[in-house]
Amino acid sequence: MIRILGYGAVVAALTLAVYGLVAAAWGVRARQAALIRSARAAAYLNAALLVAANVLMVYALLPHDFSISYVAQVGSRATPAWVSIVSLWSSLEGSILFWGMVLALYTAGAMYFTRSSLGALGAYANAVMLGVGAFFYLLLAGPANPFRTVFPVPADGPGPNPLLQNHYLMAVHPPLLYLGYVGMTVPFGFAMGALLSGRLDDTWLRVTRRWTLTAWMFLSLAIMAGMWWSYEVLGWGGYWAWDPVENASFMPWLTATAFLHSVMVQERRAMLRVWNLSLIVSTFLLTVLGTFLTRSGVLSSVHAFGEGPIGLYFLVFIAVVLVFSLAMLAGRSTELKSTGSMDSMLSRESVFLLNNLLLTAFTFTVLLGTLYPLLAEALRGVKVSVGAPFFNKMTLPICAALLFLVGMGPMLPWRVADRQQLKRTFVAPATGLLLTLAGALVAGVRSPYGLLAFAFAGFALVSNLQEFAQATAARRRHAGLPVLPALLSLFRVNPRRFGGYTAHIGIIIAAIGIAASSEFRTEREATMKPGDTLEVGGYKLRFDDLQGYDEPHRFVVAANFSILSGARTTGKMNPRLNYYTARGGEPVTTPSVRSRATNDLYMTLLAFEQDGSTATVSVIVEPLVSWIWVGGMIVALGAILAIRPARARRVAETAAAPAAAVEVA
Amino acid sequence: MTGKRTRTLGLIAGMVVVLGGFGYLLYGNIGENIVFFLTPSELLAKGGEAYDQPVRLGGQVKAGSVQWDAQALDLRFVIKDADGEIAVHSKGAPPQMFQTEMGVIVEGKLTHAGSQPLFESTNLMVRHSNEYQPPKDGHPKPEQMYKSLIKD
Repeated sequence: MIRILGYGAVVAALTLAVYGLVAAAWGVRARQAALIRSARAAAYLNAALLVAANVLMVYALLPHDFSISYVAQVGSRATPAWVSIVSLWSSLEGSILFWGMVLALYTAGAMYFTRSSLGALGAYANAVMLGVGAFFYLLLAGPANPFRTVFPVPADGPGPNPLLQNHYLMAVHPPLLYLGYVGMTVPFGFAMGALLSGRLDDTWLRVTRRWTLTAWMFLSLAIMAGMWWSYEVLGWGGYWAWDPVENASFMPWLTATAFLHSVMVQERRAMLRVWNLSLIVSTFLLTVLGTFLTRSGVLSSVHAFGEGPIGLYFLVFIAVVLVFSLAMLAGRSTELKSTGSMDSMLSRESVFLLNNLLLTAFTFTVLLGTLYPLLAEALRGVKVSVGAPFFNKMTLPICAALLFLVGMGPMLPWRVADRQQLKRTFVAPATGLLLTLAGALVAGVRSPYGLLAFAFAGFALVSNLQEFAQATAARRRHAGLPVLPALLSLFRVNPRRFGGYTAHIGIIIAAIGIAASSEFRTEREATMKPGDTLEVGGYKLRFDDLQGYDEPHRFVVAANFSILSGARTTGKMNPRLNYYTARGGEPVTTPSVRSRATNDLYMTLLAFEQDGSTATVSVIVEPLVSWIWVGGMIVALGAILAIRPARARRVAETAAAPAAAVEVA
Repeated sequence: MTGKRTRTLGLIAGMVVVLGGFGYLLYGNIGENIVFFLTPSELLAKGGEAYDQPVRLGGQVKAGSVQWDAQALDLRFVIKDADGEIAVHSKGAPPQMFQTEMGVIVEGKLTHAGSQPLFESTNLMVRHSNEYQPPKDGHPKPEQMYKSLIKD
């Protein structure tokens, strides 16, 4: 029954999406408002259908209804309920089902909030988003159908991939990633709507600003959660390995970040129209490419889903989107000419241009490194991988330059900077730069990029904090507010600007965490007998014993350690190997991590003797790792602050005239 | 108008120089950092060129070849495919599931150790699939690995 209802919902959604696509486009051509309205209704109905299909799948996963193919594939009677629920996105078919729901909800939401104002632009945007939806529902109805029948019905299943059920972050990271990825469809839809309808002013930017920021916020959080998951699960004490799947999530983030900056140049100075459209098209294409890379099995990766027949569908879809978008852009190129022009190299818009250039170069580097193995195999018939040194060598200078610009941007005004004023603004950040540089040298940093990272982080941090300080001081003078209310009022008066600076601060904090944890990593491996002690990076560890125990869905071998301070025990560590019986019993390393503000102690059980006589462990001490996660959350907070409704912002700006003075500073 | 045109041309020339330089950097760097994925016989077939190049070597652990010194964290074994075998040396503990006759991937370089070629591995990965496979006969059952550790 669930099978029929679920599959029926998918097929109905596919039919409706195709209908809506045609109805919206035809409605605009034939000036039939009723058709356009019916297309919007199709978008709403699709959201309901996809939610129903997902709920049905969860209803099949929870009681382990193995007559449904997807449940038989990822379900297991032994798994806890939370694992059964997150199994929804743990494998190919389910993840596309979930993807479809997120897309349908975004489409319906975007259509609902723009229902009264946009005319042809909105109708075309709806058509484009429904078209994208139709592709995913087609996958669900055909090659990636999660509701197939299984006969004979198996008594039990293997459960989801052990790596995925081994940590609760797997319940968090994929949904965030889908919310980020899929959300980029909205600005793409409206950009195409603008091109198709010929309404090429800033309307599409204005209505999609909040949607783009929302998607960017989720994508930022998803990347951070993904790094965190790798760190907590994979057992090598790192969080980024330039793995194809990591790269796939990172590339659209880079282009979307470029877009968030360059869009301001278009709004302020009427430049970069074609560029902004291209960035949104690229971002959308990169999300689809990322899905293709992870779902088709063309690349080997720790996170990939393995072989599947759907690779070809994705390639065709990518080609169609690419050709369609390029044709639209080319067709409107004469109407998209810039009306503004650059006044000075020493201005905020030039910093944004440079930032865009760097982010594009960054994206291209990552793209080349990710796709090179595919190209080499296709063209030369050799199997190669691109080593991390390539990515590091190419991107570290870009990262350093970007970090510098994070500090430069806020200090420079639009159009032309007044050199006298600029000198005054420059004093504090330059001092910050010199102090952190000196601090890093004293702490023992010697690598050029390490020094640059710390110095520019200090520079950028002071520069952004200075913006808050100056604006708060101005608010205190003009509105007579005490410090804290004055500071908080900044987010009400100009949420976008100060939300942006908040995100900057998050990025800087994460950069410091990344630089410190890679510069000052201490690592040791040892084989120990019970009672042995080991000293690593200021920690003294005693191996107490090896312990095995059963849990319903797995069994566990844990090495118990005590952290000693003199004769006292100040903490316990228990790195484990988890054996998921239903999956053939391959052990999954489960590191034990003790996070403190100053450093992380990270232990992995590598091997053990079956009689409990020895355990081989790796111990890593890394400073400031947890600040990467804190930084990531501050970035998301900045985005949330900046998302505030545009209407409230306009009212606040006109009501609070002094804000204009703040803006100019 | 001509001033504007000169400026545009200058901008385009600048872009070409920047892009060209960047492309050159990319090309050079990627060439230096490619890691070939080979089997033991493919690596041996390269003859003299095989040495001192970063390689990912994929094959099977030869039965009876594993020597593991737990105290020194020193691992030696022979990796083989149908037509060739190479001795491997690795510092650090292998993954717990490492066992004889299983598929492994080692990252590192082929070196001359005396007269014999020796693969110095910096990273040892066990090949495992996402799909369920029943335990093969002759391999220790996973349960046997931990039952002895359960205490009351």
